[in-house]
Amino acid sequence: MTTALTRSAARPRRRRNGTYGDHPATGYLFLSPWILGALLMFLGPMLASLYLSFTDYDLFSSPTWIGLENYERMLTDDPRFGNSVWATLKFVVFGVPIQLAAALGVALLLNRASRMSGFYRSAFYAPSLLGGSVALALVWRSLFTADGPADQLSELFGVPSRGWVNDPQLALAVLVLLIVWQFGAPMVIFLAGLKQIPQELYDAASVDGANAWQRFRAITVPMLSPVIFFNLVLNTINAFQVFNAAFIVSGGTGGPSDTTLFYTLYLWRKGFVEFNMGYASAMAWVLLLGIALVTGLIFRSARSWVHYAGEKR
Amino acid sequence: MTPARLRKLAWHALVLAIVAVMLYPLVWMLASSLKPSREIVTSVALIPRTWEWSNYAAALEPRVGVPVWRFFLNTALISAGAVAGNILTCSLAAYAFARLRFRLRTPMFVFMLATIMLPYHVVLIPQYTIFQQLGMVDSFWPLVLPKFLATDAFFVFLMVQFVRQLPQDLDEAARIDGCGPFRIFTLVILPLLRPALITTAIFTFIWTWNDFFQQLIYLSSPDNYTLPLALRLFVDTQESVANFGPMFALSVLSMLPVLLFFAAFQRYLVDGMATSGLKG
Repeated sequence: MTTALTRSAARPRRRRNGTYGDHPATGYLFLSPWILGALLMFLGPMLASLYLSFTDYDLFSSPTWIGLENYERMLTDDPRFGNSVWATLKFVVFGVPIQLAAALGVALLLNRASRMSGFYRSAFYAPSLLGGSVALALVWRSLFTADGPADQLSELFGVPSRGWVNDPQLALAVLVLLIVWQFGAPMVIFLAGLKQIPQELYDAASVDGANAWQRFRAITVPMLSPVIFFNLVLNTINAFQVFNAAFIVSGGTGGPSDTTLFYTLYLWRKGFVEFNMGYASAMAWVLLLGIALVTGLIFRSARSWVHYAGEKR
Repeated sequence: MTPARLRKLAWHALVLAIVAVMLYPLVWMLASSLKPSREIVTSVALIPRTWEWSNYAAALEPRVGVPVWRFFLNTALISAGAVAGNILTCSLAAYAFARLRFRLRTPMFVFMLATIMLPYHVVLIPQYTIFQQLGMVDSFWPLVLPKFLATDAFFVFLMVQFVRQLPQDLDEAARIDGCGPFRIFTLVILPLLRPALITTAIFTFIWTWNDFFQQLIYLSSPDNYTLPLALRLFVDTQESVANFGPMFALSVLSMLPVLLFFAAFQRYLVDGMATSGLKG
């Protein structure tokens, strides 16, 4: 999909019979809501927030220019900022790969004809749909609260615990489990990808004596690599911005001891609790750069492990 | 029993076991909504010892002085507005990007794609300032108006992909019959676009219904609260511990429309998501 994306942007398809360009204004007319939105909701605000990131701004009085001070403070004088970066990175680094592994594993399991397939797919997908909701975050919080089901389970295994959500060592794991639990969305995309792999490849490999693991390594992974790549990029970007779950599970604080103070949660606190809009804007730009950097790295690494059928790169 | 049958049975057993783990939190929530508050947190069981139907009555009692139906209505209004906005303007934009020709099309298309990746937080504060200047903070406008400006680029992209695979001959034929771009759009493209429109509508509805961040920022007076904001009250107030039953009852009620949508359209949802790469 990502290739389709860049390809179509670079090379608009040629029209057979000229164009509809008799009235060049028509295109802009159809696009006018989007153009307005692009200017008022994206382009303008982006420039404005870049400017605000160099100011001290409390929303009520006009912003005063302070240069790089916000950025400096972030790096040198704000341990909570460091905590939020650290918590978010841990969440992304643990959550996304485990989530995708679960998605791929279950997709492989489901990738066979059965009358029950539809039901199974829907059952696995349901958590993804509800995952971001406050209602579900409340359930999650209760599951991992003191003496709750999770505690009882860990006691069953002889590990005493007094509420995962109150334990600085475990609070983040609760949120990681939540994102892992929502593997249904990438799973459905994996399933669609698996369906595209020609069965003959597997048959030929079997004839050559390849076992299941070898078939997985030599056929499934390379053939599925564009889909893996797509899921990896999208889920990473989304995981960086997770907010609802962290907010509800920690009661808006990011506790205990800031271990679940995710980046967006801290940004919200800075902007909309402390009314430090300049600082929050600077944080937003650092987030953008961070996400761009990480996706850039994933894109770069993709050259060595993503294979596109019938497309030499 | 033949080995093949046995293997099939084992497969079903394994998948069902995973399904059970996956669905446990949801079923536990449903069960908890019917348990006495004291029993809930400490109980792993899925069947209440005593059935506490009064949780639902308690859940529907006014919160912060506002009747609960009002939260439902507010959420429904915002969701309906968002759906209408996305259907209308994303399809217009998609048609222009996929079929019309104009000088800035390619740069604009690239920008549209870039906005899919853009973290919302980068535009958050200036957007807030704009709506504040317009006097729209603490109203539904900031949550609905942007949808009428095709800001959900993901759906524009989804529809562009869809329009592109429609045969060009249909447009040509309509054009030869004397249709202008506007009539081609309404008479030819829109009807064929229906599956993409339905996917967009369902996802917009569910995402808006479940959204919390924007509602948290823009809505402040209890009269304007949505369901997620009302549920959040259970986190803030100290009453929460004693009020687990009603909390779960309201959670179940708030999820009901999404679950019903899911049950009714699950085919569309899952297929639409697989083909378009949409995230849930």
